Amino acid sequence: MAVYKKTYRPYEGALTGPLARLLVIPRYAFEELHRSRFLSVFFLATFLYPLISALIIYVQHNTSALQLLNVQNARGLISINVTFFLSLLGWQSAMSLFLAAFVGPGQISPDLANNGLSLYLARPFSRVEYVLGKMSVLVILISLMTWIPGLLLFLLQGYLEGWSWMADNVRLASGLFFGSWIWIVLVSLLALALSAWVKWKPAAGALMFVLFFVTSAFAATINAVQRTHWGNLASVSYLVGTIWVQLFEGANKTTNGAVFFRSPIGEEIPLGYCWAGLIALVLMCLYMLARKIRGAEVVR
Amino acid sequence: MEPVIELDDLDVRLAGRPILKKLKAALTGRSIGLLGPNGAGKSTLLNTLLGFYKPFAGTARVFGRDIRSHAREVRGLIGYMPENEAFIAGMSGVRFVRLMAELAGLPREHALERAHEAFFYVGLGEVRYRALGTYSLGMKQSAKLAQAIAHGPKLLFLDEPTNGLDPPMRTRMIQLIQEIRDRGDLRLILSSHLLRDVEECCDEVLILKDGNIAAFCNLEEERRSNRRFLEIETHGERNGDFLAAMEKLGCETAPGAQGRVKLVMPDGLEVRDLYEVAAAQNVQIRRLDHKRDSLEDIFLKAMETPNGRL
Repeated sequence: MAVYKKTYRPYEGALTGPLARLLVIPRYAFEELHRSRFLSVFFLATFLYPLISALIIYVQHNTSALQLLNVQNARGLISINVTFFLSLLGWQSAMSLFLAAFVGPGQISPDLANNGLSLYLARPFSRVEYVLGKMSVLVILISLMTWIPGLLLFLLQGYLEGWSWMADNVRLASGLFFGSWIWIVLVSLLALALSAWVKWKPAAGALMFVLFFVTSAFAATINAVQRTHWGNLASVSYLVGTIWVQLFEGANKTTNGAVFFRSPIGEEIPLGYCWAGLIALVLMCLYMLARKIRGAEVVR
Repeated sequence: MEPVIELDDLDVRLAGRPILKKLKAALTGRSIGLLGPNGAGKSTLLNTLLGFYKPFAGTARVFGRDIRSHAREVRGLIGYMPENEAFIAGMSGVRFVRLMAELAGLPREHALERAHEAFFYVGLGEVRYRALGTYSLGMKQSAKLAQAIAHGPKLLFLDEPTNGLDPPMRTRMIQLIQEIRDRGDLRLILSSHLLRDVEECCDEVLILKDGNIAAFCNLEEERRSNRRFLEIETHGERNGDFLAAMEKLGCETAPGAQGRVKLVMPDGLEVRDLYEVAAAQNVQIRRLDHKRDSLEDIFLKAMETPNGRL
């Protein structure tokens, strides 16, 4: 019907399914993000490290390229091993933290600021679906930055080195995948929880950094003052790093964590405590979201 | 007529406080008014029907679907215009309504088309590309109505739709509501503390007081019965003859002081007949009122009931 026919008419067409409705939220969010030139450039820039890594892998397996560059001995300079992939994950995760600090706070707070949430939840759409829809924005972005390029590099290395290398190092692939997902879930939930509770976006973004960097400094202070290493429990980055090392190397540790999550050897806290710490943080984020994501607030 | 909403001992408690107390009613009207003073539980009832609050005991059904077990389905039938400001500030009006229509299940292209239509319908066609944050209060109210109807719901919840509107905007809003009601494609529930809004838009009214049903009446029937009830003031020597003549025509009469008479006219007799009889008896009718048991009377009576219970 043409818009000039100003009358109300009921809708009798087909309706979309629940999954299509869930994907409406990320689609709108990506359209918004696409308008920010800074975010688009930053996001593209995050592919620089995986691109350089792919180049290194390629050059390492291309004798003629090494000869052309007159660096035949370069093959021994950089090894494609645990450290290579763990460093990739560490760097990309740090970049994703920056991205989440910019993108995350804008996810829920605009809906809460003017009571828009009640309109979302008045539709055939649950609170869980709302959170999943909002979370999927960060999940897609961080996946594109972490495990997807990581696994592509792993496949490239496996293709060039031989299938036996892949079989011997399958733990790297699983480490990349599961390590990334731990990070993704943690950062996404944290960003959403802060977005729900802190309406001022810059403050919510700043809090993300506080949580990762200031808690590390706080943990180091506790360790120094109390002459213990249990203070590391307060450092989110330490907890994640410890779990990553376990995922990548199991019991046979050769590294002490990725670039941004280094911890001195001999000062590790048991893995179970690290898992418990992260699970507690995730549960806290879920609780914060459950308190705020409501169609109508109960005035006590 | 199929009940729109059935309240089955609905009991709602918020933060331990009882807000709705064992409500029991079957609402069948085309447009139902929820009346009550502030804090009576009108918005809580709407929020409970939308699934925002869980019933403490009892339940409710919307078009026969239980709100406890079919919450998603129920929400799929409803268009909701909340009482408070509700929008996403940075979004343009039409994009916002399109988003809401898509979330309600409309495919992308239909949602866009209907968002434009809804904006034109509520009179905001010219400003549909402006950010919602820049709208005036009246425009925001209209935008809320647009998002509530864009997906073509079967039931419309309007929570204080004329809040903060100036008289011309209020009139426009009431006209829109009446138009939607008269098309008969959907049922509507209008929650308001303004008697006039409810009286102008609704044919059935549920009055709440302190979380109880204080009164429930069919305004249409009230209006029909009141139409036959007149109060007149006469002047003339043959007043008694006039009353006798009216009684012969089937009127019930009750004479009062100073020529005042209360009359209940039988079906088929018109006001014109009254004047003709008066002229024949040489009696002047100097004042004539349709004595109405107005919504205000009903409301005030309901407010007098102890504990707000029927």
